[in-house]
Amino acid sequence: MLEQKHLLGLENYPAKDIQTIIDTAFNFREVLDRPIKKVPSLQGVTIVNLFFENSTRTRISFELAQKRLSADTVNFSASSSSLKKGESFKDTAQNIEAMKIDAVVMRHPSPGAPLHLTKFIDATIINAGDGAHEHPTQAILDMMSIQEKFGKIAGLKIAIVGDILHSRVALSNIHGLQSMGAEVTLCGPANLIPPYAESLGVTVNSNLDEVMEWADALNILRIQRERMGSALLPSVREYRSLFGITEERLARHKKEIVIMHPGPMNRGVEIDSQVADGDQAIILDQVLNGVASRMAILYLLCGGKSEETES
Amino acid sequence: MMDLQLLPKKLLLKGGTIYDPLKDTMEKKDLLIVNGKIASMKKGENYDDAKAIDCAGKIITHGFCDLHVHFREPGREDKETLATGSLAALAGGFTRVCVMPNTNPPLDTPESIRFILEKAKDVPVHIHPIGAITRQQGGTDITEMGLMRDEGAVAFSDDGLPVQDGSVMRRALEYGSMFDLPIINHAEDICIREDGVMNEGFMSTKLGLSGNPNLAESSMVYRDLALGEMTGGRLHVPHVSTTESAEHIKEMKKTNKKVTAEVAPHHLYFNDEVIASFNTNLKVAPPIRSEEDRTALVQAVIEGVFDCIATDHAPHTIEEKEASFDLASFGMIGLESCFGVVNKVLVHQNKLPLSRLIQMLTVNPRRIMGFKFDLFQEGVSAELTVIDPKSEWVFSKNDIYSRSKNSPYLEEKLQGRPVLTIAKNKIAFIV
Repeated sequence: MLEQKHLLGLENYPAKDIQTIIDTAFNFREVLDRPIKKVPSLQGVTIVNLFFENSTRTRISFELAQKRLSADTVNFSASSSSLKKGESFKDTAQNIEAMKIDAVVMRHPSPGAPLHLTKFIDATIINAGDGAHEHPTQAILDMMSIQEKFGKIAGLKIAIVGDILHSRVALSNIHGLQSMGAEVTLCGPANLIPPYAESLGVTVNSNLDEVMEWADALNILRIQRERMGSALLPSVREYRSLFGITEERLARHKKEIVIMHPGPMNRGVEIDSQVADGDQAIILDQVLNGVASRMAILYLLCGGKSEETES
Repeated sequence: MMDLQLLPKKLLLKGGTIYDPLKDTMEKKDLLIVNGKIASMKKGENYDDAKAIDCAGKIITHGFCDLHVHFREPGREDKETLATGSLAALAGGFTRVCVMPNTNPPLDTPESIRFILEKAKDVPVHIHPIGAITRQQGGTDITEMGLMRDEGAVAFSDDGLPVQDGSVMRRALEYGSMFDLPIINHAEDICIREDGVMNEGFMSTKLGLSGNPNLAESSMVYRDLALGEMTGGRLHVPHVSTTESAEHIKEMKKTNKKVTAEVAPHHLYFNDEVIASFNTNLKVAPPIRSEEDRTALVQAVIEGVFDCIATDHAPHTIEEKEASFDLASFGMIGLESCFGVVNKVLVHQNKLPLSRLIQMLTVNPRRIMGFKFDLFQEGVSAELTVIDPKSEWVFSKNDIYSRSKNSPYLEEKLQGRPVLTIAKNKIAFIV
């Protein structure tokens, strides 16, 4: 089974466990193609989805994964405004645990919040995104999609494009891809690359065309529209011209590059519709693999055994 | 548990080594205190009618003086009071402290200075209030420094907040030069700091926490040093955390003898890799910096760039510290652990002579603040600390007397500790 009780992040997460999760996820992909998409694997297991920050996709993906596994689930959403006092976070967590639950899936705007939670409760904790820190399940579904497309992860050249500084997807992808043997380049505006990024063992290059010549796949991050017209970014058209994956730019590169995006997309900003809907994109596969990956993670952490996945 | 008693009529500290940080002399002598005053210091004293305390293997020196603590009174008595803070001070060997004015309301009037001194009369350590530089610590209008000085303010600071506006800082230094009291500016340019909650560097990148770059501090330290030179005011730089600030101070001290600076124990002891635990007790302003900065600060201590050690003792409630890292309050307590921490890192690990460390805790801060510093003279009220420099101990909750427990040193092995503190005609047996 997995070495760690929780899934808090992919920094120092064992590569063999990432592979176990991905392999298990491919088994669950078959379940999702069946007419009746439900297995009894987590019957009697209670999971709480604790979302302290708005999320549509990640939450639906987790909820579906839980339902497909026959787990009992409860959803809790809290607005960030009620987070100002630490007490409420601790109280919320302890109250929920007092109701006898097995696992918590948590999204929180504060980096380190899932680790913080482990101090208050005994349940298994799965990080569904903590601020600009980590989003391990997203990185795992990205890696599963890469493996599906290329048949491997090791030796591939993956570029992460966009606002790296504010991204939790980037950091988890960097850690995960590196431990699986891929090479990573970060590409984005110089003021949206975090300090000492090279110390993570990645290459940083703000020239998108050079990066596209190099890469096997691009993982394109959503750029927040509210950052436009600030000290960080001047305008949409400037961003598009420097970092947008436009149809013309993609056509300029003869190489077949795989296009990925964790969603939600800003069509016409970081990615053109023609690219997002084109043949090179595997964006909707990522979404489907997200459910399968989360099924695998929940199953492996909440007491399942690998061989039972066929049941 | 610390035992606080009235000083006996005659007390003999016997068999110890007396270190006078003013004269820099280390001598085996006995010290006799009669009616709360130093009566004599001779070798082999024996007074049958005096209560004797065996100080063999211990060092008897001036009581420590911390010119930078937050005792939260008035306003946040749930975190600390002058009374509880005093116990924390005694436990750390401190007999004299200066309290910062970022209370609620802030100490920005002569009346509030008087309030502190009234309340401080009955507590077992000497407390001196620092007045605010600007009204309400608003950063715009300077306070009645003259009237506050008359009431007993010993320095001015908006600590917790910087004086962001350079012209206000300039005018404050100019105006303050009339009173010859230190102006202490919490140097962090809030425009450069933005919402940084830890040191900006590889660790902040790895942890996804917003970073506070070295330049936020060092650029304002540089500005303040230049303003000090320009105005002739007396600048004291608190809690220096970066290599660059230390370099600027070192350079300016060559020509401007009025400049003084302090360093805090936690900036000498920790580097930012410890933040990986997301332990909110390590969240301070200015933040714990990189290992390069830490070693540069230690080196700066050895070179004499810093005049004194100041704890920046900053109590916070459990609730404020149990929040997630980005939302938790800035600050850690530091009085009780101070000597064990700085003795370990400076004397044991980096070979600073113990005598130099004691000077940085005694005569140097007293000089900066204009306090009496020739304490080992006959007839002077006894204000001293007895240190066991060899003691190895693990810091625990039981060692904390502050009303708040936000210490990052819990379970940390420390070296050397004060065992006895005498001040205001009282004697505290610490262990």
